[in-house]
Amino acid sequence: MTRVLLIEDDPAVRKGVHLALRRRGHEVEAAASGETGLLALDRFRPELVLLDLMLPGMSGLEVCRRIRETQQIPIIILSARGDDIDMVVGLEAGADDYVVKPASGEVLQARMRAVLRRVVGEGGGDAGASGGSPAVSAPSASSSVTYGALTIDRAGLLVTKNGRDVVLAPSELKLLLFLSDSPGQVFSRQQLLEQVWEHSFYGDVRLVDACVMRLRAKIEDDSRTPAYVQTVRGFGYRFGPL
Amino acid sequence: MLARTQNTAVHDLRDQMQSLGPDLPFPPRREDLQNLVVQLDRAGGSRNWRTYAQYEDGPVVPGPWGAGADSSAGGTGGAAKGGAAVTDGLRKAVREQHAPIFQRVDRDGQPWLAIGMPVDFTDADGRGDGAGRTGSKATPSAAPQQGKPSGLIVYAEFPLTDEKADISALVTSAQAGALPALALAVVPALFAARRVLRPVRRLREAAERITSGELDTRLPVTGRDELADLTVTFNEMARALEKDDAELRRMEANARRFAADVSHELRTPLAAMSAVTEVLDEDAARLDPDTADAVRLISDETTKLARMVEDLIEVSRFDAGAADLHLDEIDVAMALRKTLQLRGWQDQVETDLPEGLRARFDPRRIDVVVANLVGNALRHGGTPVRLTAYATSGRLRIDVADQGPGIDPQALPHVFDRFYKADAARARSGGSGLGLAIAMENVRLHGGTLRAANAPGGGAVFTVEVPVDPWGGVGVETNGSGADGSGAGGVASVPGAGGAGARDAEAEGVEAKGAETEGVEAKGAETEGAETKGAEIEDGRP
Repeated sequence: MTRVLLIEDDPAVRKGVHLALRRRGHEVEAAASGETGLLALDRFRPELVLLDLMLPGMSGLEVCRRIRETQQIPIIILSARGDDIDMVVGLEAGADDYVVKPASGEVLQARMRAVLRRVVGEGGGDAGASGGSPAVSAPSASSSVTYGALTIDRAGLLVTKNGRDVVLAPSELKLLLFLSDSPGQVFSRQQLLEQVWEHSFYGDVRLVDACVMRLRAKIEDDSRTPAYVQTVRGFGYRFGPL
Repeated sequence: MLARTQNTAVHDLRDQMQSLGPDLPFPPRREDLQNLVVQLDRAGGSRNWRTYAQYEDGPVVPGPWGAGADSSAGGTGGAAKGGAAVTDGLRKAVREQHAPIFQRVDRDGQPWLAIGMPVDFTDADGRGDGAGRTGSKATPSAAPQQGKPSGLIVYAEFPLTDEKADISALVTSAQAGALPALALAVVPALFAARRVLRPVRRLREAAERITSGELDTRLPVTGRDELADLTVTFNEMARALEKDDAELRRMEANARRFAADVSHELRTPLAAMSAVTEVLDEDAARLDPDTADAVRLISDETTKLARMVEDLIEVSRFDAGAADLHLDEIDVAMALRKTLQLRGWQDQVETDLPEGLRARFDPRRIDVVVANLVGNALRHGGTPVRLTAYATSGRLRIDVADQGPGIDPQALPHVFDRFYKADAARARSGGSGLGLAIAMENVRLHGGTLRAANAPGGGAVFTVEVPVDPWGGVGVETNGSGADGSGAGGVASVPGAGGAGARDAEAEGVEAKGAETEGVEAKGAETEGAETKGAEIEDGRP
């Protein structure tokens, strides 16, 4: 059971999604605008936000940014616009996943479960595991590992750089933990989509690229010459080697 | 002019001989020949030629060539030696060819004409047996087409001085009159031509510009002549074209935008409906049968409608040129296996995929293409469906073949049309009718081709062909592992995608394929895919 805040202006969609999620045992609070959604955020304390982009008044992107300023809560954008540019903009605003309407209850459920799931343990590959309970990774001998200026506490799910906390969105943290779990190993974007986002189809690799850019902006000294999350042209991404 | 002179001279000589010939006793003695020559000379009239006659190999009358040259009355010949114009070559030619022959000779700077004419008997039976005592009136005549050659040859020569004078006079008058006149005429003509040609050239250039799409091309109108009118007309035409074109484009853009807008607008209600279809499906069992059927119907059609709207949006993206290609370097076999695996088709499709073949393509789009082709084959064709991939001369080929009835030849050219339904039975097959059109667009986006054909052994074959590397650079790569390459620092292992079911693409496999699909679009020629592949594979890894 998850507490979901649904921010959606279209009454039919609001009703339909509400119904579908409630049937799956989630507790849903629906808001018809960004403003009311932000108010509900403090009152309702959701574990996840489902956010429409086309809202009257404050835009969905703005709502996304405001939530990100204060909270590391998973955000899934649910939009009728599926063009690349919409997706990239939405992800840059800090969303963890992007679902294009129409989406069945099943798809919504799978995506929610993926962003809610804690980081996969070593060796990866529990992507197929079901159940909404977080699968906490088995803590390593020493749960925190230091790479250069970056310290990653795998048990506490904390990342510090030069001793200062780095605030990461759920998808950024998952990506970083997954990559740093096998330093030097190259992962294709499709693999990352499957492992980190649990997309069980050929999703849009823009998701990965956008998330990598956001992650770099937070952990790299210089995003243009990344040291931690490196691009291997034609293959994908890898962590290090430093 | 000269030709005329020649022809009339030959003609005259022949006439004279025909009138004088019959009186000639045969075989002629020297005196007879003398007489003949004198009469011929006299008959020459204005032409004032000098004639000679020779019988067989007898003496030439009068006298040897060039001897006894009595200057003719006209005296035009001047110091001309008689007979000098009749060359040995001419005599030889007359003897050999046995026909009247003439030759122009330059003598002392004067042109002369020499004619040689063999004389024949008029009656074919005439026998010049040399004795001549048969008494038969064998009359020689200058009709070469009749009878036997008589052995008598008559020559004539005369100077062409008059003709030469005529020609020189002509040339002189031409030089004196026509050339200055021409020169005078050329200057204004050139000016006029320039005045006409420049606007015409401008018109041509403007027409070319319009052809290349610059419909706003206009020409300045100068003057009040026909060309100015033509320019005005041209400008009007261009204006009309531009207007029509703008109108058409506007309509087209509107139609496209409309399709895209409608599709997007449909997404919202569909989102509401799609969210609750599962609720309907779950509870349908507990409703009364009619209501349950209605509920399931709504649920199913909602799903179809959602898919159709997605396809429409995809098509409108292609139409608007907004479809992006996200190229990645992918292991072909892994990508195709994943396509089957994601849809649960692994067990229904036979594969023949080359291990370790890497190519640059947009994995999502190729996934859509292959899924569509395999889905169609499973739906409309017959199992086993066969998915084959191999590289040949820098291109990646993917074949999807089924064992079904094949495609109706009349439908073949249209299978990639939007909303084309090959037959009534396929009309509602769960597809949107856009699948193949979208597949075609996706392949085109890669700079490749998608073809449909019927295999001789039955069944349809769809062939995707895309450049292995649409942007140049690293070509086909291979590595022994068959996994995601031990490239650039680190072994990329692929969870759950080991080389299970991996088969080496050996020559036999590929060639067997060639035998199956021989005749489908020159496929037979390319079945050496395996060998050529070996040649192409290069370890171009950075």
